Amino acid sequence: MSKYSSSENKATRQGFGEMLVELGKENPNVVVLGVDVTPSVKTDLFQKAFPDRFFSVGISEQDMIGVAAGFYLAGKIPFTAAYGEFAAGRPFDQIRQTLAYSEIPVKICASHCGITVGQDGATHESLEDIALMRSLPHMVVASPCDYHQARKMIRASVALHNPIYIRMFRDNTPVFTKADDEFQFGKADTLIDGNDVTIIACGLQVWEAILAEEILAAEGISVRLINMHTIKPLDKEALVKAASETGAIVTAEDHQIQGGLGSAVAEILAQTIPTPQEFVAVNDTFGESGLGYELMKKYGIDSGSIVKATRKVLERKRRRDGFK
Amino acid sequence: MNKLPINELPELARQLRRDVIKMLMISKSGHSGGPLGLADIFASLYFHLMKIDPTKPTMEERDFFFLSAGHLAPIWYATLARRGYLPISELTTLRKINGRLQGHPAPAKTHGLPGIEIASGALGQGLSIGVGCALGLRLDKKPNHVYVLCGDGELNEGQIWEAMMTAGHHKVDNLICIVDRNFCQIDNRTEKVMELEPLADKWKAFNWHVLECNGNDIEQFINTVNQAKELRGKPKVILAQTFMGKGVSFMEDDYKWHGVPPSEEQGKQALGEIAPTKYGDFVEFEWEKVLVA
Repeated sequence: MSKYSSSENKATRQGFGEMLVELGKENPNVVVLGVDVTPSVKTDLFQKAFPDRFFSVGISEQDMIGVAAGFYLAGKIPFTAAYGEFAAGRPFDQIRQTLAYSEIPVKICASHCGITVGQDGATHESLEDIALMRSLPHMVVASPCDYHQARKMIRASVALHNPIYIRMFRDNTPVFTKADDEFQFGKADTLIDGNDVTIIACGLQVWEAILAEEILAAEGISVRLINMHTIKPLDKEALVKAASETGAIVTAEDHQIQGGLGSAVAEILAQTIPTPQEFVAVNDTFGESGLGYELMKKYGIDSGSIVKATRKVLERKRRRDGFK
Repeated sequence: MNKLPINELPELARQLRRDVIKMLMISKSGHSGGPLGLADIFASLYFHLMKIDPTKPTMEERDFFFLSAGHLAPIWYATLARRGYLPISELTTLRKINGRLQGHPAPAKTHGLPGIEIASGALGQGLSIGVGCALGLRLDKKPNHVYVLCGDGELNEGQIWEAMMTAGHHKVDNLICIVDRNFCQIDNRTEKVMELEPLADKWKAFNWHVLECNGNDIEQFINTVNQAKELRGKPKVILAQTFMGKGVSFMEDDYKWHGVPPSEEQGKQALGEIAPTKYGDFVEFEWEKVLVA
């Protein structure tokens, strides 16, 4: 029996769209920009509630970043919304110069991220966005694990002085955190405590990790599960503590193996406490059309893949420790 | 220095040209042609047209200025210094390590140079920023004007046309875009690299008010901006014809001066052609002292 259960399925993008309306009511300076995907990314809710503060820029993601920066300079709190590939990849240079270098705190809200966008195929499966965004100085990069966390993340983003990339998803997915759980950027959530191995996941992989833990627990393996919702700045303290206390790490993400959460974790561990680590991620390949769960399985990022990776890293840990 | 009447601006512009030449001679790196061509426009904007206060660079009532073509930085730095945003002695630090006068404008927030709202350098991004800023001001019914300066070669960038559409669509009429129409870019004349004409028609087709003027004629430029301010209902663009390298005979209208600084000999010759002014240079070179002696 898992330590977490889901009462319902709801999309992270839904939480985003609803929270924008709440913020819009509370603060007249909140403005939202759209690039012709308004119902898909759920900003239609804000558009209906505050038509004067919603601005369409047409299908022009590069322009949107600049327009958002301009709104900030005029005293506004701008949110942009687009699909992941077009939120991070298409306007990378604009985000680099106009937001990151200039430290303009625009909130880039990306929906439809990762391979689970599914049937649209590889062109729409943003599997490189974490790598792109976290390579930029001054950027905050975060990904909510469910609907409630998406809501909290959007609310907390208002106070940030840095630009932020928030990585969300299309599908209705299990809601397993609670509306009143605490949330703070840069402070990881340890969902399950354990001693043998730590699974560090972000976004939709957190639920997959919960499912994996159930299987591993039945085998007598004590898993620590961390929801690393903020990939940059990463919670170094929680990571180093987990590595020193459990001695084996599995990272899980719906992203390329290069440059994502796993890389961020490895960069810190290599410099602090080198630890055997297995990467559950898309292995240097593009995706394809299919259903989300089919693709997760085929590309090796479902709960079963996390289970296999965990067994493997435990084997490496035992070898390193000389089968103590 | 404070606001100046129109008849005093030509001498100020001449000083800005001398400043640019000396800055580039010291840094031995940077762009000559564009900055020299824009001295009259910068003098007009910062010393006559814009509502600004160098002692309160972020005051709410300020007019906003965005330099989209960041490589034109030397003329901006010289102008900001002469207007009082930074000490004129700092103009010796262009492109030097640990300095505030970065090769391309760096944001005040990180590099501390007042008067610079946001970074530029990668081309094509400034017009979008101006559009957003103008929309934000309009939302609050504020009277501030927003100015964006683009190079003509820069108009090759796709994002400019995205921003043109956005501004036209939202009828952003508190925005004035000034295009430095000098017909020169790095590789060649603009029409050889990528044909822009009929340029006025293109802006018109994107629902902009289009004005044209001689950007090296201060009075004409100021009149054109004042005319643009009065126009309502659409964003405004001023196609300002300038000469790259204006004021230096061997640089004028020659695209090869886009991105190079003058050598010492060329610099001396250039300074010989741009007569000294009552404002005085920010630095006196050794050889100048010898000449006086």
